[in-house]
Amino acid sequence: MNTSKNPEANITPGSIILGKWSQNQYTILRELGSGATGTVYLARGNGTKVALKVSSDSLSITSEVNVLKYLSKVQGKKLGPSFIEMDDWVHTGRSIPFYVMEYVQGDTLFSFMKQRKDEWFGIILIQLLGDLHDLHNAGWVFGDLKPDNLLISGPPPKIRWLDVGGTTMVGRAIKEYTEFFDRGFWGLGSRRAEPSYDLFAVAMIIINFAYPSRFEKKEGGWEQLKRYIDKERWLRKYSRFLDKAINGQYQSALEMKQDLLSYYSKKTSPTIHKRTKSISYHKKPNPQMRYQKKKVQKRRGYLETILIVLIMFAFYVIYLIGHM
Amino acid sequence: MRKGTLRQILLITDGCSNHGEDPVAIAALAKEKGITVNVIGILSRNEAYGEHGLKEVEDIAMSGGGISQIVYANQLAQTVKMVTQKAMTQTIHGMINKELTHILGEGQQMEDLPPEKRGQVMEVVDEFGEMVDLEVLILVDISASMDDKLPTVQESLIDLSISLNSRTGNNLFAIYAFPGKRQPIDRLIDWDPQLDSLVKTFKKISTGGITPTGPALREALELFSEKRSKQELLGGDDEYIEESGS
Repeated sequence: MNTSKNPEANITPGSIILGKWSQNQYTILRELGSGATGTVYLARGNGTKVALKVSSDSLSITSEVNVLKYLSKVQGKKLGPSFIEMDDWVHTGRSIPFYVMEYVQGDTLFSFMKQRKDEWFGIILIQLLGDLHDLHNAGWVFGDLKPDNLLISGPPPKIRWLDVGGTTMVGRAIKEYTEFFDRGFWGLGSRRAEPSYDLFAVAMIIINFAYPSRFEKKEGGWEQLKRYIDKERWLRKYSRFLDKAINGQYQSALEMKQDLLSYYSKKTSPTIHKRTKSISYHKKPNPQMRYQKKKVQKRRGYLETILIVLIMFAFYVIYLIGHM
Repeated sequence: MRKGTLRQILLITDGCSNHGEDPVAIAALAKEKGITVNVIGILSRNEAYGEHGLKEVEDIAMSGGGISQIVYANQLAQTVKMVTQKAMTQTIHGMINKELTHILGEGQQMEDLPPEKRGQVMEVVDEFGEMVDLEVLILVDISASMDDKLPTVQESLIDLSISLNSRTGNNLFAIYAFPGKRQPIDRLIDWDPQLDSLVKTFKKISTGGITPTGPALREALELFSEKRSKQELLGGDDEYIEESGS
C-alpha cells in the first residue's frame, strides 16, 4: 500500500471539508491525533465542535463506523463517542471517506491521575469495568484498550472511550491491538474477542500506571509480569486482581469490578490504611496525651458539679433567709 | 456466498534479487493464478528508508496484487500480521466489488455506494474475513545478510499464527527458505495449521551471496498447485472443510 497517497497530508487548520452526500460542511480547527487507520481532527460544523476522522483506507473506516453505530444503540450508557455522520469528501479528483463524531473533551487517564489522590484510580477502574461489562453484554469486545484510548471527561469525572478501531464482535479475531496490552504478545492467550481479552488489557493498564515508560518483553509469560508486579510496591496491593485478570480467571468484567469494589469499600482500604498508620506513627505518644486530656476534662467536670452545688446552696440560704 | 479459500505468498527479504527470472513477472503470474503476493522488506538498524533498493519490494507486491511494507526488524511482528490481514481484506473486497459490478452494473464499486449501504457491504467483508479459510506460504530470504534478523522473523511468524488462529476460519501455513542448498527453495515447514513447530527451523543458514527471488517465487507457485492436485486426489477435502466450518 502506497503511503504517499495519504490524503491527510493536505489538511491544515482552516481547510473546509464538504460532504458529497449530505452537503454538510466542516472547518478544520486542529489535529487531535493520528493512528494506524487515519487522522482525527477537531472541526466546526453547524456551530458545534465535532471530531472528524479522515482515512485513506475506506474499508477500515467503514468498519469503524459500523461499530460506532452499534455502540450508539447500546441504550442507557454512552460507551463510545456518539456517531454523527459518514460522508465522502471529493478533493483533487479523489473521493476521500470521512466520518464525524462527538468531540469528547477531557484529560488522558494518566494526566488526570497526576492531579488526584490514589483512590481516584480505583474509582476510574471500577467505572471502566462497569462500561466494559455493558459492552460485552452487547456482544462486543473493546480490543485496543490502553491509556491513550481513555479520556476522563467531566466534572464529575467519568471515563470515556476514544478510539473504537479495535472493537470487535465477540468470538471474532481482535481487529487492532497494542502489543504491551495484548495477551497474545505476552504469550498468555489468543486474540479471540472475549471478555477476558479486555480484562487482560485492564491489568496491563494498572501495570503501565506503575511503569509509565512500560518495559520490554523478555521471556514473556506470567513469570515476567509477576516479577515486575512484585518489584513495584504500589502494584503489590493489586497483585491478587492482576493475577486473576492476566491469567483469565475472571469470567466477566462484572466479577472483576465487584472484586475491586469490595476491596475499595473496606474501611482499611490500602490508601486510607496507610494514611492512618502514618498518622498514628507521628503521634505515638498520643494515647497518653489523650488520657491526660481526659483527666483534665474529668477535673473540669468535678469543678462544675461543685459550682452548681454551691450556687444551689446559696439559693437555698437566700430562700431560708426570706422565710425567716 | 461460498466460503472458499484465500491463497497468499508472503515474501520476507532484505534485498534485491540478483539471480534468475524477474520476480515481478512471476508475481504477475501468481496473481493470474489467484494467489496474492505480499512482500515485507526488512531494513537493518542503521539503514535509512531511501537507501535500500526497495523499489523491487513494492513492484513485486503491486504486480502480485498484494501489499508491501518496508520496516525495521523490531516492527516486524505487527507488520507481518497487518500485511497478511490487510491483503486478505483487500482480496475479499476485490471479490465483493466484482459481485457488485455484476449486480449494479459496470464501474459500480463499494466506494460508489452511499455511506449507509457501504456499511452493510462492509459487514459482509468483515464476516467473510473472519470465516474464510486461508493458506499462507511464507518465503523467507536466508541469505547471509539476513542472519541477525532471523530470530525476529521467527517470532513474528509465531505471532502471525496467534492472530490468524484467533479467527473462525481455518489456516494452513507453510514456510520455505531461499536460496536452498540444492534447489531454489528449501522446505522448513510443510502445510500446518500451527507455527509452534517453528522453534528449530531457522538453524541452517546459507551463506551464498545470491538472492534468487524470481526462481523462489516460481517454486512457491508450484507448491500451491501440487497441494491442490493432492487435495483433488484425496477427494473433495476442500468441501469437507467448508461444511464443518460453516
